[in-house]
Amino acid sequence: MCGIVGLFLKDKSLEPKLGSMLTDMLITMTDRGPDSAGIAIYGRDEDSNTKLTIQSGDPAEDFDDLEKTLSEAANTKVSMRVKDTHAVLEVSDENADDVRKALAELRPGIRVMSAGDIIEIYKEVGLPKDVAQRFDLAEMTGSHGIGHTRMATESAVTTMGAHPFSTGSDQCLVHNGSLSNHNSLRRKLKRDGIAFETDNDSEVAAAYLTNKMNHGSNLGEALESSLDDLDGFFTFVVGTKDGFGVVRDPIACKPAVMAETDQYVAFGSEYRALVNLPGIEQARVWEPEPATVYFWEH
Amino acid sequence: MQTIDMATTALREVNSTLQAQKADTNQKAWEIVNPKGSHAIACGLDGPIEVTVHGSTGYYSAGMNKQAHVHIVGSAGPGVAENMMSGTVVIDGDASQYAGATGHGGLLVIKGNASSRCGISMKGIDIVVHGNIGHMSAFMAQSGNLVVLGDAGDALGDSLYEARLFVRGKVKSLGADCIEKDMRPEHLEILKDLLERAGADAKPEEFKRYGSARKLYNFDVDNASAY
Repeated sequence: MCGIVGLFLKDKSLEPKLGSMLTDMLITMTDRGPDSAGIAIYGRDEDSNTKLTIQSGDPAEDFDDLEKTLSEAANTKVSMRVKDTHAVLEVSDENADDVRKALAELRPGIRVMSAGDIIEIYKEVGLPKDVAQRFDLAEMTGSHGIGHTRMATESAVTTMGAHPFSTGSDQCLVHNGSLSNHNSLRRKLKRDGIAFETDNDSEVAAAYLTNKMNHGSNLGEALESSLDDLDGFFTFVVGTKDGFGVVRDPIACKPAVMAETDQYVAFGSEYRALVNLPGIEQARVWEPEPATVYFWEH
Repeated sequence: MQTIDMATTALREVNSTLQAQKADTNQKAWEIVNPKGSHAIACGLDGPIEVTVHGSTGYYSAGMNKQAHVHIVGSAGPGVAENMMSGTVVIDGDASQYAGATGHGGLLVIKGNASSRCGISMKGIDIVVHGNIGHMSAFMAQSGNLVVLGDAGDALGDSLYEARLFVRGKVKSLGADCIEKDMRPEHLEILKDLLERAGADAKPEEFKRYGSARKLYNFDVDNASAY
């Protein structure tokens, strides 16, 4: 069991409240996944910078003087905003690769949670309310976001095993279920040059979609092909820079409820997660069909 | 009318209050407000009371119902009216997976759509769905009636025993050992009664009946390779 929540805003006036709405939804799903929680949030693309969300098990040591050290090593301006065990590095797009290389050499203990123009990912072990508080998730703003509460089945309870998983620029995936062909698929994707951080099945699903999109598929097409190539139980919610997608396997035993109004599209593992959204009484509320791809783009 | 507000009353208190209403109770009409998708609302009731839930519910609402009439003015999450023995459960909106699963008796009415596995392993319950039902509905259904005014999804009635399935719309596919059968006068009678009790605007003659071909009842050595 796991809990998934997601919000894709159509009405810009709600953007300042994205973090608080998602946090409320996330905490409601605590009893579906009390061992870890995470959130991916998509802000506004206001500059030509790349954002890297990084994480360290020893932030005091790893983040100490990192801004200056990286700026010198990559010979460019790097800015850093620390949030508990995570930090967001911002660097101009053309210098992003140099900074990632320097980061890997200088601070090998640091893991990159996400990279892209706008995405930020925060995830940790612990109760969703504690994770939300540590990262001030309620204060975050943006156009769409996805959250996950984890009850682990396929791999260890660790920060890197928590969701969302990001395997491509501005992409993320959360998963409720378990995949049975993830080992063979991981081997295939590795041969295609995709790197993996964990033994987790959901990371394979994320990487699979990234690989499809790298080969020219849009989000909808990538999700469509996942129905043929992924074996197991899944409800996926996926984010891209301007898109938000949902797909369930053909058996569809992992729960899902969606709601849509003129202001937003919302996803919850249960209706409970949606009850405090504005205008939910008038929303179109439905259960996504099995083996059917839903996606929205800004 | 007694009102219970779930914004201020814990679920266990809600259910124990309702469960305490037995045959001789004077308080026969109850309403629940602010359910907010909570689980297991109005479970295990065993008295001739009427409970109206104003809003949508989560998992397992009105489970194990006996005698009571539960009306959900909203949609219901997975497993609504599971293992019902008698009484009535009416849902104004949609129902999620395995609505009415394993039910022994009583009537479940879903005015919207039901998703997958509706009536799985039903054992005597009557279920009337005004909309459509999802895949694998009435899987291993043993007895009772499942009436669907809309369409049915894949594998309807897979491994069916003796439940009767009536569908007015299209059936995407029939499950193993489920076949279309003749509609005899006694079936039209059953349908007429159920449609009336469920407040459904449909004529019995518009439905097709599906049932078990009874080929899976005994082991057939010619099928050994399929197992």
